[in-house]
Amino acid sequence: MATWQFLVILVKIVLIVGIFQGAVAYMIMLERKIAAWAQDRVGPNRAGPFGLLQPLADGAKMLLKEDVIPGYVNRPLYILAPAIAIVAATIGFAVVPFGPVGTDAPTVSGHAIEFQIAPNVDIGILYVFAIGSLAVYAVILGGWASNNKYSFLGGLRNSAQIISYEIPLGLSVLGMIMMARSLDLGEIMAWQEQNGLGFIPAWGILVQPLGCLIFLISAFAETNRLPFDLAEAEQELVGGFHTEYSAMKFGMFFLGEYLHVITVSFLMSILFLGGWDPLFFDLGSNGWISAVIKVGVLFFKVFLMVVFIMWIRWTLPRFRYDQLMNLAWKALIPLALLNLIVTMILLQLFRGIG
Amino acid sequence: MKLDDPNLKRLEPPKLTLFEKTYLPQILGGLVVTGRHILGAAVGGKAITVQYPEEQHVPSANYRGVHRLNKDEQGRVKCVACMLCATACPAHCIDIVGATAPPEWEDREKYPESFVIDELRCIYCGMCEEACPVDAIELTGLYDLTGLSREEMIYDKTKLLSVFDMTKDAEPMQSGNPPATLALPTSPLEPEGPGPRPSSSAGIPPRS
Ligand code: SF4
Ligand code: SF4
Repeated sequence: MATWQFLVILVKIVLIVGIFQGAVAYMIMLERKIAAWAQDRVGPNRAGPFGLLQPLADGAKMLLKEDVIPGYVNRPLYILAPAIAIVAATIGFAVVPFGPVGTDAPTVSGHAIEFQIAPNVDIGILYVFAIGSLAVYAVILGGWASNNKYSFLGGLRNSAQIISYEIPLGLSVLGMIMMARSLDLGEIMAWQEQNGLGFIPAWGILVQPLGCLIFLISAFAETNRLPFDLAEAEQELVGGFHTEYSAMKFGMFFLGEYLHVITVSFLMSILFLGGWDPLFFDLGSNGWISAVIKVGVLFFKVFLMVVFIMWIRWTLPRFRYDQLMNLAWKALIPLALLNLIVTMILLQLFRGIG
Repeated sequence: MKLDDPNLKRLEPPKLTLFEKTYLPQILGGLVVTGRHILGAAVGGKAITVQYPEEQHVPSANYRGVHRLNKDEQGRVKCVACMLCATACPAHCIDIVGATAPPEWEDREKYPESFVIDELRCIYCGMCEEACPVDAIELTGLYDLTGLSREEMIYDKTKLLSVFDMTKDAEPMQSGNPPATLALPTSPLEPEGPGPRPSSSAGIPPRS
């Protein structure tokens, strides 16, 4: 039994890491394509049919480039930073449910196959946030160890940004957690699926619209994506924290950033878009077919979120630094608190019914 | 204008409603704009990219590309070696050696024995074209100026005259562009300028 479980978990880890590394390669391709389309261009289309081999070319380029380590850097930290970036981004996936878990999970000769690397972690969301905020170490260490004032400024900006935006990020999901009465991502999804009013589902975006908005904005800030990419800010900081990095070390920062985008998209889909709830029809509770459909629906929602994040990138310009801080401290945190209090009051009032 | 001038119009920034102060409607508007562009380029075929080596880009009529030295009706070089272009050139990339014109050329005293333009130093400002009193030097619409060495990019009289032969049907500054029949814009430019030449430059495969 123990060996079997161990093997299954190992297979799941290999599969998920492999799938997401590949997904990141194609996300960069997608990003470039969307960037091109938003500017009325065509985008990469020369490598392979429709440019589909472009990610391979990019990857090969990253791997084959000379890996320069400048003489004045703080070597151990300089090498550690990209490793932290990628590790912090990857281990967040351990508790993300990709498909049915628990009693819903399909079985193979009596053993349930749960679509989650570490099933039944009942503080899943706490874990994801904890790991997610570790990623800031990569940026700060990278900026510090580079011994370059631009990198240092980038790292500094990033630390202030992440500290500010952790607060609204955490507060915004509390409402959802209180309603679902669980920190387990799977149970939050199940609650959204079961508590609809007839046709209208109880998706987070409908029952917690303000929370959803605050989460979305803070999530952008957490992933360092435009319009919050002040840590990179090419025009002001010549690339910010990764100015001194080259070749695959640079690539690892990018990989980390895109993995972060995927994690955030998963959280957004699970917490606020109903997870694998396909909206209009009821799936049977178990069996492989429903499991596959659920995985498909969830991944589709994640894909839409990723596209949305890239779309926003080409819509909004970068914030100025004081605007960024004002937005967090003067708008998002009070609103998140308000949302929390209103949710609490309503829940208390309707406790007997709900 | 004084501050109390009655003609002075004061513009107040429009008052934003509470909903507008969240900037959400504007962000949505922005998303619609970018979304339209993304969809237009992705599925509507509205991308403005020219797939260059397969499709030739046609520059606008006043595009300033490679120079040409014009010939007159008798096929002689029009230039009278007055040095005005070399004087006007801000990049100092024109080098002319004038010589006394042959006695049978009755209309002029001098002609350029050698006329060299360093196309790499040139900033394509068009001052030479403006300065020339006899319209001998002109900038054409040829833009795909490439070479394998610096020497190759120094164009001498022969080369500049051959640019004229290629583009003589087009009048720069009027229709600027090489005519459509010019499928291979630079291939007649045999590397004949001064300086040593890498043998490989002759082996460039022709474009199809
Ligand atoms: S275009 Fe300008 S820079 Fe070039 S040769 Fe003529 S005057 Fe000189
Ligand atoms: S090209 Fe024109 S301006 Fe230049 S030397 Fe000849 S005649 Fe004079």
